[in-house]
Amino acid sequence: MRNSRTLRLIAGLMCAGTAVAACGTSSTSSSSSSAGGQGFTPPKLEALSQLGQPEGALNILAWPGYAENGSNDPNVDWVTPFEQATGCKVNVKTFGTSDEAVSLMKTGQYDVISASGDASLRLIAAGDTEPVNTSLIPNYADVFDFLKNKPWNSVNNVSYGVPHGWGANVLTYRTDQVSPAPTSWSAVFDANSPYKGKVTAYDSPIYIADAALYLMKTKPELGIKNPYALDDKQFQAAVDLLKQQRPLVSEYWSDYLKESQALKNGDAVIGTAWQVTVNLTKSEGAPLESTLPVEGATGWSDTWMVATKSPHKTCAYKWLDHIVSPQANAKVAEYFGEAPANPKACALTADAKHCETYHAGDAAYASQIWYWTTPIAQCIDGRTDVKCKDYGEWTRAWTEIKG
Amino acid sequence: MSIAASVSGFLYRKPRLRLGMLLSAPLLWLGLAYLGALAALFVTAFWHTDTFTGQVVTEWSLDNFATLFTDEVYRTITFRTLGIAVAVTVIDAVIAFPMAFYMAKFASPRAQRILVIAVMTPLWASYLVKAYSWRVMLSGNGLVGWIFGATPGYGLTATILTLSYLWLPYMILPIYAGLDRLPNSLVEASSDLGGRSWRTFRSVVLPLTFPAIVAGSIFTFSLTLGDYITVKIVGGAGQMLGNVVYDNIGAANNLPFAATVATVPVVIMLVYLAAVRRTGALDNL
Repeated sequence: MRNSRTLRLIAGLMCAGTAVAACGTSSTSSSSSSAGGQGFTPPKLEALSQLGQPEGALNILAWPGYAENGSNDPNVDWVTPFEQATGCKVNVKTFGTSDEAVSLMKTGQYDVISASGDASLRLIAAGDTEPVNTSLIPNYADVFDFLKNKPWNSVNNVSYGVPHGWGANVLTYRTDQVSPAPTSWSAVFDANSPYKGKVTAYDSPIYIADAALYLMKTKPELGIKNPYALDDKQFQAAVDLLKQQRPLVSEYWSDYLKESQALKNGDAVIGTAWQVTVNLTKSEGAPLESTLPVEGATGWSDTWMVATKSPHKTCAYKWLDHIVSPQANAKVAEYFGEAPANPKACALTADAKHCETYHAGDAAYASQIWYWTTPIAQCIDGRTDVKCKDYGEWTRAWTEIKG
Repeated sequence: MSIAASVSGFLYRKPRLRLGMLLSAPLLWLGLAYLGALAALFVTAFWHTDTFTGQVVTEWSLDNFATLFTDEVYRTITFRTLGIAVAVTVIDAVIAFPMAFYMAKFASPRAQRILVIAVMTPLWASYLVKAYSWRVMLSGNGLVGWIFGATPGYGLTATILTLSYLWLPYMILPIYAGLDRLPNSLVEASSDLGGRSWRTFRSVVLPLTFPAIVAGSIFTFSLTLGDYITVKIVGGAGQMLGNVVYDNIGAANNLPFAATVATVPVVIMLVYLAAVRRTGALDNL
């Protein structure tokens, strides 16, 4: 159990901490649906037209916790059933950051990858991954529609992969010490917050987006359209907000078990968290609740993609089908602590209320989430008259904020 | 004559070749893997990364160093890290000296062996386990709060406390070795000449064991300068130089800037080593 927790923790960290996740605008803003997609034309590649015989091998590049074969926890295994059913011998290589994933994909040694939004677009642009013929993936039909053909898994409505699962960074609080129940991120950003010294915040440059999201609603005059596309002025406002927040913070967390412990002991009483942290802490008896504040939240959404040069394409398609099959998707979602992409997975989770807890299928909830994406100099909200701050600058600012 | 015998005969007549063959492997290791890696680090510090592809661009510039020197935040972090290193070293020296003194001069040989093992035992436990147990102890309703009625909480104090605990054996052992080498006859001679215990300690023991203390301080100092895990676990919202390096590699994929920051502790240690070389402490390592 310890082992699997550690693993999940690493998985979570990887997913969260870094460059991760999806490019992002929500589904509501159709005008900017080309977000992240514009600025490049993907190489002309054809999707597979039909499946052949399984080639007997499959090399998987995945976030830790996304392709488990029982070696970390004998009860956590959705790779072995796949091997038995298809005869494809699986090798799993895990990666720690999207940047690492991109450079590993360039070696051409991997057949499939679980890519987050920023990695996926770079892979598509470089021609490392190819369009996916979703008609060859029977389980794709079951996947929630609001996850399909998004800016981070398709270009010009051509699908480049299969949605895997998603989650949001929620506002969590101790019900015994925080009242009334917070409905806004102002509880963690307002300089006069009554929870001074008891706030916990996420330790990653990407957390600047959380501040930008808050400013997007509270200071409309800044004109922030997407928390991952910030020009000089907007960026400075977000950084200033975080510097102002700094004295409120008891500690920044990048390890979800560490945060769980702080919440349980009351060293922190309010802050941003993953649903998995909230569940874990509640199960240990702490009076904790989580909420999606009125401003919305940041989050992640991942995609399985096929390598262009893969010599094992039939096995690759079989894997894509397997990973969104109700059984496997249920296991991954529960092990990692996120919402599954396949609604049928909801009936198969060990915890019958898993999907309810993680708001799977709740498109309204999902549309309030700004999926993590790596900020680049070219503004991904479609502005061309200004330059945006790239992730390198976000990182430096983060160091400065922490001081 | 067998081949082995002729080879050995040939090598017997060529002592230089023999020596060369013996030393080539360790020299290769030292030269390529060790110094080579350090050299690569310094070279990388002058490059920069392309923001979209994340590739390192091999163009020479001093931009990284300019950022390092002009941004106030890096100065603050450097001085904070230095301060923590000094505090940890002083605390460890103060705790370690009486302990090592008792071990070397008063304990029976049997007790000595047991004490040495006792000092080393914490080294056998995982670093993370020890850091996390301090986290639990320093928590709002942890052991420290329970005993003393208050806890420093997570932050600078907690970081210094935890690091002092972690590196204490590295301070005790060199001082113990230094004191062990100090002949008892010198102490006796001092008292024969009328020196009281304080005078003996100040004029005989301390000057002779000072190099051993410095040797221990090199460990505690350099280990603290490079640490980034403890401060993550008990440091609250604080950060040290190691965290800046880690964040630049792990989060920003900016290897060149990380390399630039990583040169700071190296430079500090070089200055420190140059300063202590005169004390003869390096002979005690």
